[in-house]
Parts: sequence; structure tokens; C-alpha cells
Amino acid sequence: MATEQHRIFDTASPCGSDLAGFVARLHEADNADSATFREPWQAQAFAMTSALHERGLFAWSEWAQTLGAALREAEAAGSPDTNETYYRCWLVALERIASSKNLADDSSQLRYRHAWEHAAARTPHGMPIELKPADFAHGADEDS
Amino acid sequence: MSGHHHHDHDHHHDNHFTAIEARVKALETLMVQKGYVDPAALDAIIDTYETRIGPRDGARIVAKAWTDPAFAERLKADGTAAVAELGYGGRGGEHIVACFNTPEQHNLIVCTLCSCYPWPVLGLPPSWYKSAAYRSRVVIDPRGILSEFGLALPESTTVRVWDSTSEMRYLVLPRRPAATEGWSEEDLAALVNRDSMIGTREATPASEKPGELAHGH
Repeated sequence: MATEQHRIFDTASPCGSDLAGFVARLHEADNADSATFREPWQAQAFAMTSALHERGLFAWSEWAQTLGAALREAEAAGSPDTNETYYRCWLVALERIASSKNLADDSSQLRYRHAWEHAAARTPHGMPIELKPADFAHGADEDS
Repeated sequence: MSGHHHHDHDHHHDNHFTAIEARVKALETLMVQKGYVDPAALDAIIDTYETRIGPRDGARIVAKAWTDPAFAERLKADGTAAVAELGYGGRGGEHIVACFNTPEQHNLIVCTLCSCYPWPVLGLPPSWYKSAAYRSRVVIDPRGILSEFGLALPESTTVRVWDSTSEMRYLVLPRRPAATEGWSEEDLAALVNRDSMIGTREATPASEKPGELAHGH
């Protein structure tokens, strides 16, 4: 499928200031398109959003607004216009909607984030990473 | 690399979550603990989008519309109901609107806000569809965008851009390629490439029909 797509972009001729970059980006994006999700966390974030929406915890229009705002902020901040940025915005939007819908407040999100970082760091390579109560005692001061 | 700022010594290979992985795990743990999310359901959703729903679903709809005029009429009148006949439907109750290309009008879809897309029939959008460049430029200069994709339309053809929303998802119905009279729906579906259902390309010409590889099982 990918090889079939490449040809299209080769015929394009840049005629505006940002067109060359645009085409290059499309080309780059298309090359990587064979995988639906580039990294597992992207799939997880996507699936969580879908599952929470299906449970009726927020309307899709609310989600679209939240994601749209995160995308606009990233663009205004000069983030690269890539798939990676897109999914980072997706995660930001998910964190925000989880907070605004009282599914998980900001401090809980932060506490669990640090705990997972701690759990990952103490787990030898090859072993499953599991969250233990002790991870919550260490995590909070590690990054700050 | 930002997650690797400590524990860099080589005494053993530490597991490290990147900062972003830890954020996702944090949310997931909280959602599961609170009973909002079932881990098995997450796996099922991922599997659906990675392996089950994709452009071949949209292609099936287009090929049926090409061969079955009554279906095409129903698709025109009520896209949501017509695709439901074939077993496709939105998880969130969004409407599917079929935009038929004609010699007079070429249709192009975008979501200027975020990335709304006819997921139930096309799967996940390509990266470029989600890019700020596409989302912002397509409304300003649709013909310029189309030429970037190698699609030159006659001056007499109007380009209509459809801005998707959370409620309305558009699906472009490309025109049936020439010299495909008598083709089966399955063979026709092989000519319906993903981008032709977004509107940045036309259906694949009969002479360039992808080989058996594209059929799968």
C-alpha cells in the first residue's frame, strides 16, 4: 500500500512558501502510515478515550473541543506538525477531560505518574512492571 | 529521551517509562481502578482499529454504490442508514454523509478543529489528515492541496470542502473508473483507494488495479 502512495507526492511541485515543507511532511507521514499506532501508548490513549466515551462519560463534541484546543496550543507553541505531536495533544486532552469530568483529578494523575516512573525504574529488564504501594512513597519527589 | 535523565549507569538495563508512557499508565490505572474502563475492552478497541476497520470497508460501500443504483440512492438520501445495511455504524451515533463526486463537483473532507473522520467506515485517518498544515490549508486553497496530491481537476469542476464535526462524518464517493463495465463488486473495491474516499485522489484506474496482494483473505 505504501509504495503505491509514494508516487502521488513525487509529482507535486512546490509553488508557495510552505508547500515544499508540506509535501515533505505528507511524504514522511505516509511512509510511516502502515502502522496504525506508532507506539503502544498512542493506542492505549486512543482506546481509553473511546472506552470512556462509550460509557457516556463525555460527549464526542466535548472531546473534539478539548482535543482541538490542545492541538491549537501545540501549534501556537511551535511544536512540530507530526503524528507524535498529535498523540501528545491527544493525551493532554484526555488528562484534561478526565480532570474536568471528575474521573481523575490532577493530583491523582500526578501521583500515579510518579509511581509508575518509580516502578519502571526499580524493575529489572525483562520483568513485568507492576505498581506496588511502595512506589507511591518514592515517586513524588523524584522529578521535582 | 527525556525519560532517561537518571539511572543511566550501565550496571543493568533498567526499564524506563518515558514521561509520556508513565502519564498514560497513570490514567489507565486510575480509570481501571475506578471501574470506568475494562482493560479487556481497551485491547478489543485497539484490535478493532488495528486489524478490523479500515479503508477496505469504505471501499466495499463505494463498490456497492457503483454497482447497485438503488443502494446509491439510499446512500445519497441517508448515509447512516445505508452503511448500516452493510453492518457499519458509528460507536458514538455520528451521522455518515456520502458526498458523491460528479464531473461538476469534487468533494474533499477535512476536520479543521481536530481529526473527526468517518472512522466506522475508514478506520483511523492518515497522519497528514491530522496535520495542522492540511487542516488549515485545505479550506484556504483546496485546489493547491489537490495539486500537491497530484490531482489536477478541470477548471469547470467545483471543489467542495466538507468540514467534519463530531456529529457529521463525510465519506467521499469517487467516480467509477472507466473501462470497468461488468466488473464484480470485489474487483471494483480494489480500485477504491483510501485517499479517494477523503477526496485527495481519484479511484485507481482499471489499468492500475492492485494485484492479488490487495485482496487478502
